[in-house]
Amino acid sequence: MTKIKSLDELRKKKQQLEQNLEIREKSDHPESLVQIKVAMATCGIASGARTVMNALVEKIRNDKIPAVVTQTGCMGYCYAEPTVEVKKPGHDPVVFSYVDVKKAEEIIDKYIKNNELLDGILPANYQTI
Amino acid sequence: MYKMQLLVCGGTGCQASASATIVEKLNESLKAHGLTEDAQVVTTGCFGFCEKGPIVKVIPDNTFYTQVTPEDAEEIVTEHILKGRKVNRLLYENPETKEHISDSKHMGFYQKQMRIALRNCGFIDPENIDEYIARDGYSALAQVITELTPEQAIDMLKQSGLRGRGGAGFPTGLKWEFTRKYTADQKYVVCNADEGDPGAFMDRSILEGDPNTVIEAMAICGYCVGATKGVVYIRAEYPLAIKRLEIAIEQANEYGLLGKNILGTDFSFDLELRYGAGAFVCGEETGLIASMEGGRGEPNFKPPFPAESGYNKKPTCVNNVETFANVPVIFLKGPEWFNTIGTEKSKGTKVFALAGKINNVGLIEVPMGITLREIIFEIGGGIKDGKKFKAVQTGGPSGGCLTEKHLDTPIDFDSLLAAGSMMGSGGMIVMDEDDCMVSIAKFYLEFIVEESCGKCTPCRVGNKRMLEILEKICQGKGDMDDLDHLRNFAYVIRDTALCGLGQTSPNPVLSTLDNFYDEYVAHVKDKKCEAKQCKALATYTIIPEACTGCTVCARNCPTDAITGERRQPHFINQDLCIRCGVCYTKCKFNAILVQ
Amino acid sequence: METVKITIDNKQIEIPKGTTILQAAKDAGITIPTLCYMNLPHLAREHKPGSCRVCVVEVKGHKTLVPSCVTKCTDGMEILTHSLRAINARRTVVELLISDHPKDCLICPSSGSCELQDLAITLGIREITSVENAAISTYRKDASPSLLRDMDKCVMCRSCETVCNEIQTVGALSAIHRGFMSVVAPAFEQDLTDSPCTFCGQCVAVCPTGALTMQDHTFQVMRALADEKKFVVVQTAPAVRAALGEEFGYEPGTLVTGKMVAALRALGFDKVLDTDFAADLTIMEEGTELLDRLSRHLEGDENVRLPILTSCCPAWVNFFETNYPDMLDVPSTARSPQQMFGSIAKTYLANKLGVKKEDMVVVSIMPCLAKKYECQRKEFYTDGIPDVDYALSTRELARLIKYGNIDFTSLEDENFDRFMGESTGAAVIFGVTGGVIEAATRTAYELFTGKELENVDFHELRGLEGIRSATIDFDGTPIHIGIAHTLGNARKLLDGVRSGMYNFHAIEIMACPGGCIGGAGQPLHRGDSSALEARMKAIYQEDANKVIRKSHENPEIVTLYEEFLGEPMSEKAHELLHTCYFCHPRK
Repeated sequence: MTKIKSLDELRKKKQQLEQNLEIREKSDHPESLVQIKVAMATCGIASGARTVMNALVEKIRNDKIPAVVTQTGCMGYCYAEPTVEVKKPGHDPVVFSYVDVKKAEEIIDKYIKNNELLDGILPANYQTI
Repeated sequence: MYKMQLLVCGGTGCQASASATIVEKLNESLKAHGLTEDAQVVTTGCFGFCEKGPIVKVIPDNTFYTQVTPEDAEEIVTEHILKGRKVNRLLYENPETKEHISDSKHMGFYQKQMRIALRNCGFIDPENIDEYIARDGYSALAQVITELTPEQAIDMLKQSGLRGRGGAGFPTGLKWEFTRKYTADQKYVVCNADEGDPGAFMDRSILEGDPNTVIEAMAICGYCVGATKGVVYIRAEYPLAIKRLEIAIEQANEYGLLGKNILGTDFSFDLELRYGAGAFVCGEETGLIASMEGGRGEPNFKPPFPAESGYNKKPTCVNNVETFANVPVIFLKGPEWFNTIGTEKSKGTKVFALAGKINNVGLIEVPMGITLREIIFEIGGGIKDGKKFKAVQTGGPSGGCLTEKHLDTPIDFDSLLAAGSMMGSGGMIVMDEDDCMVSIAKFYLEFIVEESCGKCTPCRVGNKRMLEILEKICQGKGDMDDLDHLRNFAYVIRDTALCGLGQTSPNPVLSTLDNFYDEYVAHVKDKKCEAKQCKALATYTIIPEACTGCTVCARNCPTDAITGERRQPHFINQDLCIRCGVCYTKCKFNAILVQ
Repeated sequence: METVKITIDNKQIEIPKGTTILQAAKDAGITIPTLCYMNLPHLAREHKPGSCRVCVVEVKGHKTLVPSCVTKCTDGMEILTHSLRAINARRTVVELLISDHPKDCLICPSSGSCELQDLAITLGIREITSVENAAISTYRKDASPSLLRDMDKCVMCRSCETVCNEIQTVGALSAIHRGFMSVVAPAFEQDLTDSPCTFCGQCVAVCPTGALTMQDHTFQVMRALADEKKFVVVQTAPAVRAALGEEFGYEPGTLVTGKMVAALRALGFDKVLDTDFAADLTIMEEGTELLDRLSRHLEGDENVRLPILTSCCPAWVNFFETNYPDMLDVPSTARSPQQMFGSIAKTYLANKLGVKKEDMVVVSIMPCLAKKYECQRKEFYTDGIPDVDYALSTRELARLIKYGNIDFTSLEDENFDRFMGESTGAAVIFGVTGGVIEAATRTAYELFTGKELENVDFHELRGLEGIRSATIDFDGTPIHIGIAHTLGNARKLLDGVRSGMYNFHAIEIMACPGGCIGGAGQPLHRGDSSALEARMKAIYQEDANKVIRKSHENPEIVTLYEEFLGEPMSEKAHELLHTCYFCHPRK
């Protein structure tokens, strides 16, 4: 470890280290964040949900989006996997179907950032706790 | 970058239930499923909900798994991490609705809590200073030593209204100011981590869960009072806390957050540990200092106060762990923010160790001014097994027992004192209808007698005499004069004992005498113990209808007081019965009646 | 001087700032009872742990009662020393102390001089509130050759602890166990004999109760006196005559030499002799040894160890044997006067009187408790017979006189018997700090310079200062002398010598405050330093009254060397008058 020699250095250090805790910080206040849930049941994983999830996580970090990505079980839309549910604070959850990496980026750029709706929205037929 | 994290409680309680093995198994399982890049296992400090430990919390969906065993690790990984399905059977169950609650935020235990001192406990890895720094750690120290004069910093602390969390509630800013006032070639900052109240583990959990916050606060204190040396006086029975403190001190030294010229300023501060041998009285600051100096752990007359002449006869500022844990936040968020929390004269929060006949045993942090009812019935989830609440003992062995009528009093330092108890360091033990208050008073007095240092007469002999009287009463040999004697001894001890611990030692007796006088009278006059705790006062009889004549009781009775033919109802000869209770425990047919 | 105004028991007084309530009360004519408080002004040590809580008083506006011995008066303080609350608390505290105390007052060695007993009387304690068969903290009894410990009677005032650790730096006694079982004892509750205890007995001198007392040998002595076959010889130490009177109502400092001799004779001792004689003998041997080492040193002999240390104080001998094992060759090898007396009495005197050695009993009257141990040391036995059979303290002698139904005050003065009853002024001053070295100087000066010493009073060597030093001009040769009394001061001096800070030719050390006049066998003075000063004055008075004031001029000494010993440090003298030291004498 190198010594921290000033207040500035400490601040810089903090900024570097913050990332590691970001996931925890966000989960502590999920209601104020965009919650993105990737369906990660066998059907989802088989359709490439894991790659989609990685892409989402990556983009959120790079674009500094106040969002948290979690995984969830089968949402029942096995035919439309991979599916991703997005819940913006103050909005009803929206489920996107057939999400691939490209679509994932679109979801963020269009829906999350600009509130533009995209194709492939499924009707919500369940409630989450 | 990890997408998920599994926070596993590494507090002493959960470790005792194999949380370290859980960590091991989780890691093995993650590896087996190739998930080591996606998910990370982090050992944190105490989550507080010790009743339901070991705790594993999955991030980012905030799933709170309770009573996890090492065998559950595989399932958590395959189901939750891999497939995103919560393991329902490990979720907390609302005792009333039987609903599973996944997020701890929705649990009664956490809803009324407000975590300042415990802000990082159960959130960060206490053995990794980086996680503390990421949570604004050492920023307060950096700000104070680079931007504030000691006087300004002390003023801020005074404005915050922070009072000592060790027991007496002395204003912390004032204490620092006093220590600053005295000039000396060397001054000391001492952290009192000699937590000795039975059932209390607030300080231990803070040190185990967030050691850096104490270190940071001690350095701030050193800057403010003009001390370059700090000592943490910690019980040797806290090996985990010691280990984590040692790691934290080492890491802070490596970063230059301790040691010479911290952050390039003129301020230097060194920290060392001193182990206590677990004497209750060494939690009293002059006793603590005597012990630190290598002497017999016993208090000395004040004045001079440690602020003037403490460790090695030098000005010394002694603060409790929890007090220190509040300090960095106050500087980060400002005294005004802290001032808005709590009651008029008691600001901020208080950590309590909730124990006894209560559903949710654990460590809680609540804003001052909360009522006992909220703590016991909402956070604590009410009394175990649906029994009736009888009393709550606050303030440790020198606190008092409060009753139903105190349940709605907003609690703070002064209201508890006024009610005949005290805040103490934060032990809170709940009693139900099965508890005999005379026995409770006796229990606490036993502790006091055991832990008295023996220096002053009233505590050394007086408490022993009070205990003997209580034993006599519980034996059914007491008379009404004994109650007067108890009171007189209690008043004299309160009036004449040398240290704060001695002066408050009669509190359990006085408060039970005040609040449960009838129970004492029942013991003395009617020779009855309503709660059936005093065996010598119980009468054991056999219910003929229930007795099968199995002879087990007669064979086990040590005095041959039980007679009866095989397969015929038995009979207890009251003259021979010594009320040992063996028949009651041995009888398989609930045929023994205790009255 | 800054002052504060206080009201105490409705009296308004003005006192210097920093005065304790106890002192202020005393100034106002109010006596607040105390127990653990002990003031030793001659040692500049006030022992006030504030722990017994007997001296509590009520201070207006104060939440609890306050201990008056440690609480300082502040301006405007209103104090009530005898409010109902204070009296009730005080009485309850004393009741509590008594409840944990054996009730064998009638047969307790400290009965009549017990401060707890006094408190019970003052406060009119008539019953003890406690349950039947209330526990009493009990401990194993410990009987050492000098001191007895019956810690059931300890009231935890910790005075002994302060004296043993801070004044004497012996470290034998400290509080052990906790709570109700707390007690002052050697580490691990071992026997004093196995501890670093020097038997100086200063703990006994300050114990307010019967917890720490002395071995009592009065009955052994009475039995010897009653035994017709035994020829009982008694010797009395110099400091005894200056203090014995106090036991019979005389003012401290009253010399009762003549009455003491008369009383001893009345008790039936066959010969009433004087340790002072042996003190003169000590000077001959020790002085010669000093001169021998000194002249060899001045001649450049590097093997000579200086300073020479006096060796007549047995507690001091125990102390250096335990604490300075590397310096065992530094002290003089001369035995103490008590032991020199014993060995000469059982050889030369027995022979001269035609008494068989085994029939002779030598009793010494000493101001000291360590002497009881000293006379039992194996090296002071010849053919299985001790040179000195019994060492009684001044207090035991007073008791013996009372058993003998002797009206001490009306006794006519009598003189010591001869032989071994003649002494000089030099011997008398052995009883005070600085006296031995002054006596040695008187003789050494004349032997060293060959000139007569005109003025024998060396005032520079006298006083009650803990550590003193002086340089005496031996006709052109400066002789540096150091003096210490109390073992704590001895340690400071010795450490200074070891580190090279001090450069002395000779050092005198006495274990007790003020020297033997403050010995633990003397009438108890309870910190009244004026008693010590008076005894000291009396000793110097006795010296001044003597016709002969230099040891080597004692005619009996001259005879002894002529008829028996030859010369100082002769082979015979070595055999009978010198000794050696051990690292672990008691193991």
